[in-house]
Parts: sequence; structure tokens; C-alpha cells
Amino acid sequence: MLRNTIPWLIAACAGSVIIAAYFVPSAQGWQDTIGQWFEVLAAFAFVLGGVNLAMQNLQKISSREPGWGYAAVTLASFLVTLGVGLFKVGVPADASGSRWGGSYQAEGSAFWWLYEYAYNPTTATIFALLAFYVASAAFRAFRWKNTEASLLLATAFIVLLGRTYAGAVLTSGVPDEYSAFTFPGLTTLIMGVVNTAGQRAIMIGIALGVAATSLKVLLGINRSYLGSGDG
Amino acid sequence: MRIARLRGPGSRNLVHRCAGWLLPLLLLLAVVSPLQAQPPESSSPGAPADLQASDHPGDNGRAIDLRWTLSPDDRPELKPRRVKGYRLEREPVGEPSAGAETGQVFELPYGVSQFVDRQCQPGQPYLYRLRAVGPAGESAAITLAGPVTPQRQWFDSTRWGFAVILLAICGAVIWFTERAKRGKSLHVREIAALRAMQEAVGRATEMGRPCLFVPGIEDMNEIATVAGVAILSHVAETAADYQAEIVVPTTRSLVMTAAQEAVWGAYLKADRSDDYRPDRIYYVSDEQFAYVAHVTGYMVREKPAACFYTGVFYAESLIFAETGNSVGAIQIAGTSEATQLPFFVAGCDYTLMGEELFAASAYLTREPQQLGSLKGQDAGKVLAVGLLLAGCLLATAVQVWPGWMAPANALQWLTGRLLGGG
Repeated sequence: MLRNTIPWLIAACAGSVIIAAYFVPSAQGWQDTIGQWFEVLAAFAFVLGGVNLAMQNLQKISSREPGWGYAAVTLASFLVTLGVGLFKVGVPADASGSRWGGSYQAEGSAFWWLYEYAYNPTTATIFALLAFYVASAAFRAFRWKNTEASLLLATAFIVLLGRTYAGAVLTSGVPDEYSAFTFPGLTTLIMGVVNTAGQRAIMIGIALGVAATSLKVLLGINRSYLGSGDG
Repeated sequence: MRIARLRGPGSRNLVHRCAGWLLPLLLLLAVVSPLQAQPPESSSPGAPADLQASDHPGDNGRAIDLRWTLSPDDRPELKPRRVKGYRLEREPVGEPSAGAETGQVFELPYGVSQFVDRQCQPGQPYLYRLRAVGPAGESAAITLAGPVTPQRQWFDSTRWGFAVILLAICGAVIWFTERAKRGKSLHVREIAALRAMQEAVGRATEMGRPCLFVPGIEDMNEIATVAGVAILSHVAETAADYQAEIVVPTTRSLVMTAAQEAVWGAYLKADRSDDYRPDRIYYVSDEQFAYVAHVTGYMVREKPAACFYTGVFYAESLIFAETGNSVGAIQIAGTSEATQLPFFVAGCDYTLMGEELFAASAYLTREPQQLGSLKGQDAGKVLAVGLLLAGCLLATAVQVWPGWMAPANALQWLTGRLLGGG
């Protein structure tokens, strides 16, 4: 009972204060305080996450699970990054001649080097995969299967052409008074009217859903995130 | 000779007569001429006037509104400009309260005749002094007639319209929830994605492969993540029932804790607590693409038969959906990010659109209280549609009858007062 009720009461009080602070200026200080509490909790959660990460990967390595090599690389990367950050390895000395006074992110430090030459390139590589995935997803989504898919294909064809020089060149012969019927003109119409109307309808639905779910959390109707198992 | 005659006694009279007219004319020109009215450039500009200050309405007592009349030399037609800006100085009156800075100076551009000082301390009286600043120096300062004190207001009056709308929607949710509690039956339309969840877990059980649940990449302070964890508890309950394995990699430690609690609760509810494995719900990384690398790597290696993506997603949505598609998993997604929905629609078998993500918990549990909240959301939609229609009609009327002020005023009230504060 207490295991669910106390966390719910904390969530309900914090949520109510944040809503009240939006309308009651004198309560804005309380909102800031709650934000600071969340930051403190999140800081503890970092430790929790770090411990969980280490335990998971150590377990995989010790039991020689399939793919334990990946776990070893993860653990080694984690420990090296943590170590060079905590001990400020390679941090340039500050005015007093001590490297402890400088920032661990200072240019030239080991942490900075890892970020620039290990983390950034790998992140960019994963992000770059998106280009290929967009192509493969578009290939499947834009197939002429039924009426809806055909409409999607036609719309995508116009928008893709309208966003390139080819679209402008292909319809360059259209007189200025009919510019709305060129590929760029049609693209502007589709994106500005049809697409925006659809997006806004979805966003209104999402906003109402957020309000209703927040209310369910505040009133304790939905406590499934607390593990009560009662929905 | 003509010249000699002009210089004679008669011509002297003519000159005197002309001088009698010319002198007042020249004096008049001297008075009205802008060239003569303009002081030499070497002098400092004229001082601004009528400095007034008042407490900023509807705030937390940290702002003061100031207005003044521009310096007479602050005119755009004067080239080069004789006023380059204004210097506003603020001093606390009496004993400064904690945090009240002394000697605060604000540099403002020319042509500006009002300013909101947002760096005040509530309850601390302040005096202001203003002077115009030009290339040739500063004007004389004008000082506020008396000190002004910023006060905390109990309600932000600019947001009353939003408060009314919020109260109406929340009131509707509570009213329908109470009705549902009293046994009033409520109809909820079929949502294909939610109906398919059981089927997806069943498929994973038959194939002997795990179910992968990705609760988004944001923390528990995002309502979409809370909604995602609520869906997780139902998926986990089905998985516990079917004795299927469920894996939940998370990108935030707090989400990991909440997911562990939700899955543990689901296993308890299904009476399968012995099958619960906390190590299947684990933290990966707070970094977006590090998390993506782990999850997609897991998909490729373990080939989960069912993948669920609910919560907040950004660029990784398509990477997840396409990788899941490539390993042949049945995929169900739902996000509050409208920009990511097309990617999930393209890559997944089922997608929860917009508010369906937030309706999932009510739909899956069929609890009257939760179903009542859905009806409350519908009331909110009716209100939104009504406001949209009213706005469209008023905007059209403004265009069709430009001289008719009533629709223009009503539109201004609707967009500026009722909806503007939100």
C-alpha cells in the first residue's frame, strides 16, 4: 500500500505545484525547487545507471555469453571515459599551475580527445545510417498497392520534385499567374495547407492526451508506472 | 544714369522701405527655419520627459514597466542622429533587500519609449533615472517622481483564458470518470495497434524469440514515457501469461526503475513472479546514438519476434523501425512526436496515432475510471473543434467585410486574450 501510495502522493504534489506555478506567479519558486529536486534525483539515477551498466556487462563477460566481447568493449570504454574525466587526465594547467582547476572538457584533455575523435565519429556514423533507411522505407511506403498508397506516392512525387531544381525547371514554362500549379507551388500548398492541417489535428489530440494522462497520474487513476499491476 | 539715380535720395527711401519689410521677414524665417531650430551638433541632446513606472501586471514581482516621452532630438529625420540611445539607471531605495543590485544600468536604443525591467526583487522599492545619450554627450537626467515597488500577484491575468480551457477539459475528464464509476457504460472504438499487441506477443512465444520493448529516449518527466510504461505493464502481463521473454533496454535510469516496477507488477498480477528477470530490464546509455547502436545490434543478433516502441522518439525512430523490419519482427509503435509518426507508419505494422498512445492504458485495462478519462478527452476535442470553427468563421468575416469591426474585435479577443496566454 505505502509502496505505491507515497510515490503517487509525491508525484501528485509535484505535478499540482508545477501546474499551479504556471498560473500563480508566487508559486514559481516552488516549481524551481521541484526542478532542483528532480536534478538531484537524476544525479543519483546516474549512479544507479552506471552500476547497472557495469553489473550487466560484467555478468555477460563472466558467464561468456554470446557476444561477451561487445560487453568487454562497452565496459572498457565506460571505465576509461569515467577515469579520464574524474582524474582530469591531460587537462591543461590553469593560472595557478594546477590541472585540477581546469575543466575536464578543456581542449587538449583526454576526455575532450575521446569526445572529438571517438564519440563524435561513431555517433555521426550511426546517424548517417538514416540516409539508407530513409531510402529503404520510402521504397516500401511508396509502392502502388491501393488507392491510399497511390495517393501517397503521387503526393511524395510532387513534393520530392518541388523541393529540387528539377521540379522548378520542369514547370518553368508555366505562366506566372498559374505559378501555384508548378511543382514548387504545389509543394508549398501541400506542405502549408494539407500537411499542416493534418499535423495540427494530431498535435491537438496529443495535447489532450497529455492533459488527460497527467490528470490520471495526479488523481492516482493510473499507477501502472509504480508497478501496482492495477493498470 | 540709372545707377546714379538709384543712389540718389529717392533710392535711399526705397532701400529703407525694403529694409522695413525684410527685417521682420528675416526674423520670422530665423524663428521657423529648422536649420536655425537645430542646435549646433556639438551640444548634448535634449532630455526625455515624463518618466513613469508601474508594477508589471500578473507576474511574480520581479518586473517593473517603464514609459517615457522621447527626447525632442530623437527624431529619424535628423541626420546624423543626435540621440544614439538612452541610459536608464536604477537604484534601490532604503536598505536593499537580499539580491537587490545597486547601480544597475540599462543601455537602450534610440526610438524606444518603454522598457520592462525584469531583474527586480519583489517588495524592494526602486528609483529610476533616465537620460538621452548622443555623440556630443548626455542630456540632463530626469528622475522618477517617487519610488516604485514590484509586487507579487496571486494570479497571472494574461493566462486566464488558458486556465478556463484547462479547467473545462479537466472538469470533463473528472465528470466522465465519476459517471463511469457509477456504472455508466462507455463505448471505445477499436484500435488495431492495441488489438495486435496480444497477437505479437503470441507470435514471439510460438517462435521462441524475445519481445523487445523500447520506452523511448526521454525521462519519466515526459508524459509520453509514462504512457509507454503503462503499455509496457500490459505487454509484460501478456508475456508473463504466455511465458515469453521480454527485454527492455532503457536510455534513462529512472525509466529503468519504473519499467522494472511495472514489469514486476505485471508478473505478480499474472501469478508468474518466478519467471521475472530484472536483468532483462536494463540501462544502456543516456546518449541517443549509443543507445541506438545497442538496440539495433541487439535486434540483429537476437532477432526479436515482436518489437514495441512507445514514448518519445526523434531521429532514431526510422533506424529502429527499419532494423526491426529487416529482422522480420512484428512491430507496434506509438509516439507523441508528430514529426516521427510518418517514419513509424512507413516502417511498422501498426502505429498508435496521436492520442491513441495515451488512450492505450484505458483501452487495454477497460477500467471504467480510465475509460471515463477518454470521454473527457473527447469533450476537449469538441471544445477545440468549436474554437477552430469560430476562429475560421471570424477570420473569413474579417476578410469579406473589412469595414465591420465586430468580427475583427472578436477574433482579436479569441486569439489574443482567450488563447494568447497559453
